[in-house]
Amino acid sequence: MKSLAELQALRDKMKNNIGIRDDDQASIRVVVGMATCGIAAGARPVLAAFTEEVAKRQLQNVAVGQTGCIGICQYEPVVEVFMPGQEKVTYVKMTAEKAARVVNDHLVNGNVVTEYTIGANAK
Amino acid sequence: MYRSHVLVCGGTGCTSSGSAQIIDTLEKELKRNGLENEIKVIKTGCFGLCALGPIMVVYPEGAFYSMVRPEDIPEIVSEHLLKGRIVTRLLYQETVESDTIKSLNHTDFYRKQMRVALKNCGVIDPENINEYIAYDGYQALGKVLTEMTPAEVIEEIKKSGLRGRGGAGFPTGLKWSFAAKYEDDQKYVCCNADEGDPGAFMDRSILEGDPNVVIEAMAIAGYAIGASQGYVYIRAEYPIAVKRLTIAINEAREMGFLGKDIFGTGFNFDLDIRLGAGAFVCGEETALMTSIEGHRGEPRPRPPFPAEKGLFQKPSVLNNVETYANIPQIILKGADWFNQIGTEKSKGTKVFALGGKINNTGLVEVPMGTTLRTIVEEIGGGIPGGKKFKAAQTGGPSGGCIPAEHLDVPIDYDNLLAIGSMMGSGGLIVMDEDTCMVDIAKFFLEFTVDESCGKCTPCRIGTKRMYEILDKISKGKAHVEDLERLDKLAQYIKDNALCGLGQTAPNPVLSTIRYFRDEYMAHIVDKRCPAGVCKELMNYYIDESKCKGCTLCARNCPVGAISGNIKEPHIIDRSKCIKCGACMEKCKFGAIEKH
Repeated sequence: MKSLAELQALRDKMKNNIGIRDDDQASIRVVVGMATCGIAAGARPVLAAFTEEVAKRQLQNVAVGQTGCIGICQYEPVVEVFMPGQEKVTYVKMTAEKAARVVNDHLVNGNVVTEYTIGANAK
Repeated sequence: MYRSHVLVCGGTGCTSSGSAQIIDTLEKELKRNGLENEIKVIKTGCFGLCALGPIMVVYPEGAFYSMVRPEDIPEIVSEHLLKGRIVTRLLYQETVESDTIKSLNHTDFYRKQMRVALKNCGVIDPENINEYIAYDGYQALGKVLTEMTPAEVIEEIKKSGLRGRGGAGFPTGLKWSFAAKYEDDQKYVCCNADEGDPGAFMDRSILEGDPNVVIEAMAIAGYAIGASQGYVYIRAEYPIAVKRLTIAINEAREMGFLGKDIFGTGFNFDLDIRLGAGAFVCGEETALMTSIEGHRGEPRPRPPFPAEKGLFQKPSVLNNVETYANIPQIILKGADWFNQIGTEKSKGTKVFALGGKINNTGLVEVPMGTTLRTIVEEIGGGIPGGKKFKAAQTGGPSGGCIPAEHLDVPIDYDNLLAIGSMMGSGGLIVMDEDTCMVDIAKFFLEFTVDESCGKCTPCRIGTKRMYEILDKISKGKAHVEDLERLDKLAQYIKDNALCGLGQTAPNPVLSTIRYFRDEYMAHIVDKRCPAGVCKELMNYYIDESKCKGCTLCARNCPVGAISGNIKEPHIIDRSKCIKCGACMEKCKFGAIEKH
């Protein structure tokens, strides 16, 4: 360790790995439905995509979690996004590629990806 | 990147309740379910709630599982970790709400706590320096070396008002400034991890949960006083702490936080561990240094104080583990931040090891000035079995008892001294109505008699004589004058013993006499132990009206002291009875009484 700057760079890198343990920091919650129906429909790669994308962009305020069956098994994999002070957004029939776009458009820029939501699909 | 972290407590408390097996089973189950690359298992230090161990916390949900058994693991893995359904049944029930779970920080046990010294305990992996770095580790050392002069560091610590957490409460900044003043070719920084008070385990838990904080703080102290070598004196009975500290020192050396030219500033500092054999007297500063030097651990007269002639006759600073654990945060957040916590003369927080007759046995950290009532009733969850609070013992064998009438005194160094106890290292043993105060005083005195090093007469012989008088009292063989002799002897030992061990040894006796004189009198005059503890002063009786003559007691009596015919009331032969209480435990009709 030769300088304080070097230590700070290392800290920022390491912080990324443990942000998950800060209860209070995460204001946005992404919840992936991981019941049997969800897993069968391919929820696992979706969950992995969210985790990786959030880590890559160092979004300290996002917690990716999982939940059970929401009851709309035909739309699985289902992902719900909770932002403080806003109605939750439910994305359906998700894939890893769609997940990356949700992170970019919705979590980072605040624009709901309407075409993936349950409203657009349940017709 | 892991989507979930599972933290399992690896402190001594949870290790002894089987957390190593939990980690094993967990890792096997994760592998079986193909989750080993998604979920990370971290062995942390103490969470504080030792009574509920083994403890396991799953993030990001923050689900707090308590008293986890290996057979629960498959369910937790398949339900929670695989499918995302928290196994509510196994959670710490206070965190369970109808439709969600409460953050641990909002439970009664944690809500009133403020974690400064224990900040990282139960949060990071103590065997991985990178996790410490992620939580601002070694930033304070970097700041000190690159931006501050040694004098500024000492000034900052002085301004913070930090006082030694080892017991006596000497201002840390002042101590450092003395050692800095003396010029010499070599100076030393020492850490007192020889935690010997029965019932105290905060230093162990800090070393087990966050060893790097001690290393960082000692390097800061080294810079402040101009020392290039440090020693951590730790008892060999703390194997987990020794192991983790060794790992941390090696990692710190590899990363360049210890060694030559730290942060490219030309500052050199290195650390070594010295193991103690567990003698209580080695927690006394001069005895500790004598022991590091390789001699028998005996105290030496002061002055000269260690700041002038300490370890190897060189200027030295010795601080306690918990004191060091506060240093990096004072440097990073500033003396003014620290100053705002606590009372006028006692700043910051204090860690207490809660033990005895209390529901939440464990480790708590509260701001100075918190009342005993808050600690016992709110954080500690009260006394089991609805029993009444009688007294709390602080400061171990050097401290005294705080009776119920002082439950609302704000706890700090000066208030505790005023009511005849002391902070000590922070052991806090709660006693209920079933505790005999004479017996407690005897227990602590027996400890000091055992641990007295024998160098000075007042301690070696005086404590032994005090013990004999107490023994007489507990056996109902004492006279009223004995109480006065006890008091006189106590004062004499306090004034004349060589070191802190002897000077404080009479405290448990003096404080129990002060607050529970009537209990002493009951033993001496009425030959009666009100709490029913002192064996010699009580007898077992069978209530003839309740005895059904079932013979169960007679069959269980180990010495055949009970006789009687079937279906007729039995009697106890008091000349044979050894007062073990087996009959009372077995009787189904509550016919056996002791008084």
